[in-house]
Amino acid sequence: MNDNLILLPIILQLALALVLLFFWSRTKWQRIGSIVGNAAFLLVSIVLFIKVQKEGILYTQAGNWDAPYGITFVADLFSASMLVITALSGLAVSIFAAGSMSRRRSLFVFFPIYHFLLMGISGSFVAGDLFNLYVWFELIIVASFGLITLGGGRRQLEGALKYVTLNLIASILFLTGIAFLYGLTGTLNMAHIAQKIPQIENEGLITVTALMFFIGLGIKTAVFPMYFWLPASYHTPLSAISAIFGGLLTKVGVYALFRVFSLFFLPDSFTATVITAVAALTLIMGAMGALIQKDVRKLFSWLIVCHIGFMIAGLGIYSSVALAGAIFYLFHDIIVKTNLFMISGLVHKLTGTFKLKKLGGLYTQYPKITFLIAIPLFSLVGIPPLSGFWPKLLLIQGGLEVQEYLIIGAIVLGSFVTLATIAKFWLEVIWKEYPGSDYPKHFIPFSELNWTQKAYYTLPIAILALVSLYFAFGVEFVVNIVNQIAYDLMNPEQYIRVILPDQ
Amino acid sequence: MTTLILRTASVYLMPLLLLFSVFILLRGHYLPGGGFVGGLIASIALVVYGYANGINQIKSFLRFHPGALIPTGVSLSLISGLLPMFAGKPFMTNLWLDGTYPIIGQPGTALIFDTGVYFVVVGTALTIIFSIAEDNEK
Repeated sequence: MNDNLILLPIILQLALALVLLFFWSRTKWQRIGSIVGNAAFLLVSIVLFIKVQKEGILYTQAGNWDAPYGITFVADLFSASMLVITALSGLAVSIFAAGSMSRRRSLFVFFPIYHFLLMGISGSFVAGDLFNLYVWFELIIVASFGLITLGGGRRQLEGALKYVTLNLIASILFLTGIAFLYGLTGTLNMAHIAQKIPQIENEGLITVTALMFFIGLGIKTAVFPMYFWLPASYHTPLSAISAIFGGLLTKVGVYALFRVFSLFFLPDSFTATVITAVAALTLIMGAMGALIQKDVRKLFSWLIVCHIGFMIAGLGIYSSVALAGAIFYLFHDIIVKTNLFMISGLVHKLTGTFKLKKLGGLYTQYPKITFLIAIPLFSLVGIPPLSGFWPKLLLIQGGLEVQEYLIIGAIVLGSFVTLATIAKFWLEVIWKEYPGSDYPKHFIPFSELNWTQKAYYTLPIAILALVSLYFAFGVEFVVNIVNQIAYDLMNPEQYIRVILPDQ
Repeated sequence: MTTLILRTASVYLMPLLLLFSVFILLRGHYLPGGGFVGGLIASIALVVYGYANGINQIKSFLRFHPGALIPTGVSLSLISGLLPMFAGKPFMTNLWLDGTYPIIGQPGTALIFDTGVYFVVVGTALTIIFSIAEDNEK
């Protein structure tokens, strides 16, 4: 089914970024434009999602050049649901940024770059061409480099440097992998590659290429042993920016890994072992790192690393139950991690610090806000029936089916350490008596804001908390969707047939 | 770099180079050329003039900040991609007008796209060079 609707989210973001660029000095209009635009983005994504659910896989050939020669854009259920989740957290971050971004910083064209970033992210979800996917990744890096250095503090530049250097190395490896694959198959269209790969006799070279993809995308995804750039850079930018980074950037890598390793690099026993081992080590190392942190945002950054392990574990186990669990975790994780970093921003606005030692007394001072932030925190830990519980259940079930007890152990350990760190966060920030530290200079605390400004801080957190609650109580719908996605991923014939009908 | 020779030459070079850049832009699509190369040549024309007569001369010649060319150019390219969608074709399909015209040949949406690229390249190159030059003056 040829349909231009697939490109509408991308075009919308590009048009939005351009309009905001023209009005770069009108910061008030930028805020409104960004929120309204992202609401439209959410609407378009939902329409696309419903259409894909009804009619199956949609595609469009850019420039009307047929596959495999033209550039194909494909929206299957996986891409469409990723777009909806992206739009949800994108909208929340827009609102949060509208409240927390100072006029001086918005003048550094925050909003246009932010929408270019969202354009890159939505582009990579609908790319049906491997090189096109790489180009979207580059766009994401360039835009995020702009965002992470925004304001240009010394610490930010340091974080940005680590972030960009390692991501560029990852890009080079990814690109080399693409070149190898092109040399082997003579095509870049993903469906066409999937058709050609079984005919290639040199299986050793395919394994090498697969591992190159795994390393390249793995660095972007922050898996063991290439994760150290993430905790070194994610705590430096503004909270609104680290929210979108923590929520979405690494997850784009996870999406690409799922796509690539289900469509054409079907994991043989060697790659599957490597992926499973890496997943287990990511879980353990991330958890160990999170245990000793003393800064709220560093703590959450290490939790990102830890929880990437859950999703990669699903890929390593590679059964339909485990894949469904991993994809469910991916959805849940985007929403919750975005929310966590916004919460860290809110906590900073309440108390003026990110240091666990100086924080405290939130429960006695702000009981309503405490209740609000309890939802995402408990969802993250996965207290039944909240949203973190169901994907882990599926993952463990999938692991039991193929008797991979080691990875189950790592998953359980990861969950317990998450529980321990969130308990520590709860003790230090919520229950401990407020040590009464001073606010930094020129700092306007939350209590002095008027109610619209307060709403800018709390509304986005409430929206995403509601989405998390929906994942928990509407779990039947979500499980149906992820089961369908996992089935599609395990049986890529349908995907190939839609794009290359006459071969 | 304010020698008499360069200053005199730049007065004649700038219009010639600008004209040549438009020629290269229109020549594109089927022959070597196009928006990117054309844009580079146009920015060279302006930079040579700026080198000889001072950056401020170029600024007063342009009357607006070159950075404004970047969103304008991208918008043009986006519009060229959107046009075929109204004709019910996929995004970025090239639409041709019937018949050929003097100077521009057979016009199509590809020409709008290339013009957009031309503006983006000029805008980007001049923005970079202006900010470096301003840094030096400080």
